[in-house]
Amino acid sequence: MAPKGKSPAATPSKNTPISTPLAKKATEDPLAKAIIVEDEEIPSGTVTPKTIKLAYPLPEHISSTTINNTESLLRFVILALICGAAIGSRLFAVIRFESVIHEFDPWFNFRASKVLVNEGFYEFWNWFDPTAWYPLGRTVGTTLYPGLMVTAGLIWHFLRLINMPVDIRNVCVMLAPGFAGLTAWTTYLFTKEMSTPAAGLLAAAFIGIAPGYISRSVAGSYDNEAIAIFLLMAAFYTWIKAMKTGSALWGMLTALFYGWMVAAWGGYVFITNMIPLHAFVLILMGRFNNRLYTAYSSWYVIGTISSMQVPFVEFLPIRTSEHMAALGVFGLLQLIAFVEIVRRLVPGKQFQLLLRAFVVLVFVVSFAALVVLTFSGWIAPFAGRFYSLWDTGYAKVHMPIIASVSEHQPTAWPSFFFDLEMLIFFFPAGVFWCFKELRDEQIFIIIYATLSAYFAGVMVRLMLVITPVVCVAAAIAFSKLLEAYIDPVIPESEDEIEEATAHQPMSKAKAKKIAAARQNKGEFNFTGILGGKGNKGIFGLDTRFAVVSVLSLFLFLFVYHCTWVTSSAYSSPSVVLASRNPDGSQNIIDDFREAYYWIRQNTEKDAVVMSWWDYGYQIAGMADRPTLVDNNTWNNTHIATVGKAMSSNEDVAYPILRKHDVDYVLVIFGGLLGYSGDDINKFLWMVRIAQGEWPDEVQEVNYFTQRGEYAVDERATPTMKNSLMYKMSYYRFHELFGGHPAQDRVRGQTIPSTGIQLDTLDEAFTSENWIVRIYKVKKEDPIGREHKAVSSFEGGKKLKKSASSITAASGGKKSRPNM
Amino acid sequence: MSTKQPTPNPTQSSAALQSSFQTLLENYQTTIPARVKLIDSFLLFIFLSGVLQFAYRILITSYPFYAFAGGFGSTVGQFVLLAGLRAQVAPGRDGEFKQVSQERAFADFCAASVILHLFAFNFLG
Repeated sequence: MAPKGKSPAATPSKNTPISTPLAKKATEDPLAKAIIVEDEEIPSGTVTPKTIKLAYPLPEHISSTTINNTESLLRFVILALICGAAIGSRLFAVIRFESVIHEFDPWFNFRASKVLVNEGFYEFWNWFDPTAWYPLGRTVGTTLYPGLMVTAGLIWHFLRLINMPVDIRNVCVMLAPGFAGLTAWTTYLFTKEMSTPAAGLLAAAFIGIAPGYISRSVAGSYDNEAIAIFLLMAAFYTWIKAMKTGSALWGMLTALFYGWMVAAWGGYVFITNMIPLHAFVLILMGRFNNRLYTAYSSWYVIGTISSMQVPFVEFLPIRTSEHMAALGVFGLLQLIAFVEIVRRLVPGKQFQLLLRAFVVLVFVVSFAALVVLTFSGWIAPFAGRFYSLWDTGYAKVHMPIIASVSEHQPTAWPSFFFDLEMLIFFFPAGVFWCFKELRDEQIFIIIYATLSAYFAGVMVRLMLVITPVVCVAAAIAFSKLLEAYIDPVIPESEDEIEEATAHQPMSKAKAKKIAAARQNKGEFNFTGILGGKGNKGIFGLDTRFAVVSVLSLFLFLFVYHCTWVTSSAYSSPSVVLASRNPDGSQNIIDDFREAYYWIRQNTEKDAVVMSWWDYGYQIAGMADRPTLVDNNTWNNTHIATVGKAMSSNEDVAYPILRKHDVDYVLVIFGGLLGYSGDDINKFLWMVRIAQGEWPDEVQEVNYFTQRGEYAVDERATPTMKNSLMYKMSYYRFHELFGGHPAQDRVRGQTIPSTGIQLDTLDEAFTSENWIVRIYKVKKEDPIGREHKAVSSFEGGKKLKKSASSITAASGGKKSRPNM
Repeated sequence: MSTKQPTPNPTQSSAALQSSFQTLLENYQTTIPARVKLIDSFLLFIFLSGVLQFAYRILITSYPFYAFAGGFGSTVGQFVLLAGLRAQVAPGRDGEFKQVSQERAFADFCAASVILHLFAFNFLG
């Protein structure tokens, strides 16, 4: 390879002869291309041109405008592709099955959206639903977060306006992927403020496909988090912009996004506490300035008053502890701003001291007032669901419903890797880089990272909150690493510097410094990038190639992992299940919809269905019938009543059923298929919740065997065997096995073959794979007999003297065995 | 404070206080430009209006609570937005507000106030 260096004669005439030794060195190195550039003037007046060596050749003579334009075009194209990838990777469920709403909560949101587009905004806002929580009813208009439905409604109206009408179901299903693309773009903007645009692109790519976010925003998952994460990042981005520019316009935009988020998700409390915490930390660090004041104040006032427009929130911002931090920081900022203004006018030291004392006094007094108000009850303490984040043992004892939700369990460490793959190791490195520069906005990342790391460890559901900051921090670290190894400039080695300085005239001070530095070589110094010294960078092409290729491999593995996780774990509609036949073809298990549609087509319009609260929204959405309890779980006593009915024997349960006008009872049973999310597995929670209300009548210990096992075979306790749930699940189960022992596939136990007798219920419907079982409640006997007596009469037993005697004589006259 | 100052006796401190207060007033009169004084007077008016509303709520009744919340919220909001504007037009602002010119500050203030009052007005009903 011919030497690429330029000979000294070919260099521009600005060269002085002193630079010759350096240029010669450059020409001798065949791998380096030397570019002679002008150096800054040192005070002595001579110009020393500095040779910048490059590891690989860069194209020359390209104007900076062309470079800028190309960069912008590339960024736009990359962002568009990222949005496309974000939308595409969320479509697995739609392609494999169909465009259907998933899981449980989205069914309620879907129903509310249908009311909104079919009946209009006024009906939606003032909707009272008498079919939910029969017979109590539910004022839906004031007990939901309307943001999601209103957004979907607006999109539906807009599409109709441009003559491309889309069915509301498809709008709801595809809303989440659309907003995921917007989230990627917002994360790009956010990271661009923290670091370079390149890091921004990486962050957008990461959050576009990270499974932690996908889990709650696949197509079909029509839940609040679908738009909430977009609003979270948008609110944070506008807050950072507001704080950097000090413009009230940005503060207002932050408040508008914040208000939209309050309308959409209960997790808005996170923003309500993050922004004040950030402002407070900045104040403590002594970085108060008028930009911070303008940004925070405009956000707080407009944000609070807009959040009070949502009926569900109303006066919470001034009455609950979760919002008091924001109010406190607001007051503190006013005080400090006032003091700063006065301080500028009066230079006296003594007055300043008094003023500082005044500030401290006011702060202490107002804090004391806040504490008094809290203890007197005017300001509500932390709501249970937020308190359980601090005291993790609280919920199991006091609020079993919240403890029973599977999403509220603590996070196991494999979930971090499962949901975030390599990002979780780059995340601390990114936070470290924020510490290194410590600008105002990077302090925000540090606070966000710390807080969300705690919350993500406490509750699985909150993995969603840590995902954005992990993507941003990992992108910063990854981008710094890539930058260091891609940057083609080769630093000068120490020998070169020494040689150069030896030949240059320099001031005495500089000479002294170099001599002192040489003396200090004994003590410890950081080297390389951390050293902060003048020359830092990577020598040689081989190191660059090795590191960049390894990092590219990481990126490929990341994409592969995310796609695999999305495809296998997070794309299940829960309403439709799939399995493989022995010959490999796919077998769709559509029991849920089969059963719900049976109810819809074969029962009276006002037939009341009782089931466990998990299925309430689905029954209301697909079967369109009144339910007793549903996923809203606002009335603990009502849920406990249902739990008591499920866990007691028929004599106790029947009056409860009749009192609530229940026509049909629905249970989910997975024993035939091996579906482990069935009601027998959830049964203990029903017992615990019922025990919370009626500790004398329902005791959890009665459902365990002597040795403490949860058994459903012949070892099961009498309480267990007589409970309504057990009977309904296993009624006629042994008939499927034609004489062989009946095997429950989920529990792995053999159900006794002595048949179960149901006196007060009739089997109405059982789905194809026995997953959903529906029973009709018998009305009172027309001649006033007890149901138990009726069935024993029909079984051929003689009528006993006292019809209500429960203690049947064991050797009683039986002519035929019990059915 | 480099040297430890002896604790001043009460008369000394009150005299010092009074003199600093007078210095404050004098500096205020002379150094503050007219437009900032205009903003200050508007601030004072809003402050008094807020105090009056709160006094009404405490002393007489809180009956249409939404009306009180809307009215009081709008005074607090307007006060704070105005204080932000004051910070953006007062002398010495160029060091802190590099990206926001004074005209832009005023436009921001107008936009934010309109939105604030829209929400407050919606709240009244």
